[in-house]
Amino acid sequence: MSDKRFRVTKKALDANAVAKIVASADCGAITTFVGIVRDEHGGRRVLWLEYEAYEPLALKAFALIDEEAGQRWPSIALAIHHRIGRLEIGDASVVIAAASPHRPEAFAACRYAIERIKQIAPIWKHEHFEGGDSWIEGATADPMDEEVRRMAFAQCS
Amino acid sequence: MLVTIRLFARLREMAGGAELRRELPDGSTARNAWDALAAEFPGFDDYSRAVSCAINEEYARMTSPVNDGDEIAFLPPVSGG
Repeated sequence: MSDKRFRVTKKALDANAVAKIVASADCGAITTFVGIVRDEHGGRRVLWLEYEAYEPLALKAFALIDEEAGQRWPSIALAIHHRIGRLEIGDASVVIAAASPHRPEAFAACRYAIERIKQIAPIWKHEHFEGGDSWIEGATADPMDEEVRRMAFAQCS
Repeated sequence: MLVTIRLFARLREMAGGAELRRELPDGSTARNAWDALAAEFPGFDDYSRAVSCAINEEYARMTSPVNDGDEIAFLPPVSGG
């Protein structure tokens, strides 16, 4: 599992560095998605976020997302790096890079990857806002739920 | 049998630890392990419908059997990205 395409790290993320991992001579397009810590959520003033991951399973989740995307868009190459620990407003929490010979597949696979990360990756954010803090709880992480997976694909067409 | 339980996010906080060791009857499933925790820690039961699990660092079902020495991770609803 030392595939450098998939990483959970406490270090700052660099979108260009992640894009370089998937670049190749036959790719005419690379799309990157950068998730950024925002200063507002649900009407609350966010101060900072603390991300926690079940790291070995998160790396397997990223590899699974790559495999799923590869079945749908065989020409793509995908890299996913997610940051954990304390993140300040404006910091990048996740970087996804998708490379392919042509742009439609690169855009679609990038979108699929972020939707799927939110659905199944064992990563949690603890929001510290003005006046308190709370764990953000989204989806039940179940990669075998085909209905949920179809919802992720539906975002990309 | 003896298993290791891994807990994350709010579950970890409610249990007061990220890693627990628990004795389970032979033939137990992940659900049985969860039910024992839910009886032990107030607040866990709120997650009984939404929790998912992994066994030995692989996604598993709550109905999956567990064996002596296994690591069972209980995953509260996720919020990565």
